Amino acid sequence: MLLALITLTFFLLHISPGDIVDTLAGEMGGITEEIRLDLQRHYGLDKPLFTQFLTYMKNVAQGDLGYSFYFNEPVLKVVLTRFPATALLFLLSLICSVGLGTFLGNLASIKPDGYFSAGVTIFSLAGHSAPAFWVGIMLLLVFSVLIPIFPVVGMISTDLIVKGGSFWEYLLDVIVHLILPVATLSVIYFASFSRLARASMMDVLRTDYIRMARAKGMPEHIVIFKHALRNAALPVITAAGLRLGQVFSGAVVVETVFAWPGLGQLAFQSVLRRDYPTVLGILFFATLMVIVSNILTDLAYRVVDPRVKSV
Amino acid sequence: MKEGPHKDDSMVAVEHPLREMWRVYRRNKAALLGLFLFVFVLALTLVAPHFYRVDPFDLAGAPATRPGESGFLLGTDFIGRDVLAEIIHGGKATLTVGLVSALMTTILGTMFGAIAGYYGGRIDTFLMRFTELFQVMPALLFAMVIVALFSASLFTIAMAIGLASWPGVARLVRGEFMRIKSEEFVLAARSIGTGEQYLIWLVIFPNAIPTLLVAATMNIGTAILFEAALSYLGLGDTAVMSWGLIIGNNREYVFDCWWAIALPGLAIFMIVLAICLIGDGLTDAINPKLREL
Repeated sequence: MLLALITLTFFLLHISPGDIVDTLAGEMGGITEEIRLDLQRHYGLDKPLFTQFLTYMKNVAQGDLGYSFYFNEPVLKVVLTRFPATALLFLLSLICSVGLGTFLGNLASIKPDGYFSAGVTIFSLAGHSAPAFWVGIMLLLVFSVLIPIFPVVGMISTDLIVKGGSFWEYLLDVIVHLILPVATLSVIYFASFSRLARASMMDVLRTDYIRMARAKGMPEHIVIFKHALRNAALPVITAAGLRLGQVFSGAVVVETVFAWPGLGQLAFQSVLRRDYPTVLGILFFATLMVIVSNILTDLAYRVVDPRVKSV
Repeated sequence: MKEGPHKDDSMVAVEHPLREMWRVYRRNKAALLGLFLFVFVLALTLVAPHFYRVDPFDLAGAPATRPGESGFLLGTDFIGRDVLAEIIHGGKATLTVGLVSALMTTILGTMFGAIAGYYGGRIDTFLMRFTELFQVMPALLFAMVIVALFSASLFTIAMAIGLASWPGVARLVRGEFMRIKSEEFVLAARSIGTGEQYLIWLVIFPNAIPTLLVAATMNIGTAILFEAALSYLGLGDTAVMSWGLIIGNNREYVFDCWWAIALPGLAIFMIVLAICLIGDGLTDAINPKLREL
């Protein structure tokens, strides 16, 4: 499947008008035909498409995702330098939204017709309908302009880089920069998790074994958080696994809003620069992440739901 | 929502299905609100441009005029275009892209899902592998690549969104087909020698329409968000005014004219919210027993 994916993206990118040579030519303010041919030869663009493709395939198999036209560095290296920032941002957002979503969704399910439940429903609908970048920009406006408590963009303050500082100062700086992007993504993801948690908890609470537990005189909080939660958590875990894969759609947008130096921002910039190998590399990498996250979801499922083992 | 799900069962079932749907739908106040909001926005985008005739591309005033100042109800953007005109005229493109992409998604998804679900076996395996390929690809990145490749016209954008989001529908339709094809009326139709194509499209498919309808409705909302994200990233059609484009144009000027971003964003938010509410209402209306899911 990965093979098919690479094939597809490679050909897609190659039927596009304009390439790296055009970009360079534009930057230099026009070049002669001679230099153009030279550059094409340098980047291997003069060879037949199929040969270029074979070369690419061979390299991918060896872990070499090609050479970024723009950065003049191997794509793998470019991607890997950007990856930790994205991973940090998304793992935190996922933890926040899954945790909060499950917790609030469960609380809401106890009294499905109460005000609290309505509040959670409204909030999750809003999160579901709002464009991610818009939420980001609004948060940015409120917390950086009206009430300037959080930094606007980036991951580390410039003056900290210039002056240097201890590990703890760096850590604190990164955390402060993280809050707004994480909040944005959490709002968006919270929507689906809280809805799911609420619905699945309501289903579980209707089952016989819960009625049994209640009949035994078990305190309500133990019934919910010990008995019901294990079963109610299953759909949420599946959803979280799928989210982990679709990290990217959110990443591109939110990282662009906050100038977060991650893969999403890199993907956006590379598409605009027509830096084929980098775009291909990111697509490859993202796909790999989806597959890995699907496997991880399966494993997590087994831990939470021992019944799966017997199958 | 407080009424029990079994209340309808006692009634004699001679009511027309559409009528029953509307009766259940009407009970859901949020869904009614959504419908009202949707009709309101739709009317606004269709009618208002004829009354408010300011060209949305015209540099009508000073750059970044605050809302309410010098006759601009919603202010002007970073080069002095009237934001109200932009929003009123931009709605049409946004809604069109949403509808066309949802249609694309539905058609593609239905074709793959129907064939995979009906034939099963090796055809199913192959088609589902193919679907998975599109599913594991990050949708937005994929759409970005397509739009960047084939000049950013509204049509290309709708295509890209359709191509990036059909796997969900395919899986849904496949599931429906697998469920329906084993029912007795299909067997009956088959036993009197009904042709395969007839069986697929005229016997099974109509029974999958309700589920598909809900998915299609939700897809309109998703597609509008998608288009907005693409436009925000500067990959939209710059020749046609749309809500996403207003935001994209002003992206770098958040601090100079926040209203040119906040307001069109609010418009997108409202319309998608309306569509979500409608979709929720439809889910209930189509399957009253499955509410709360």
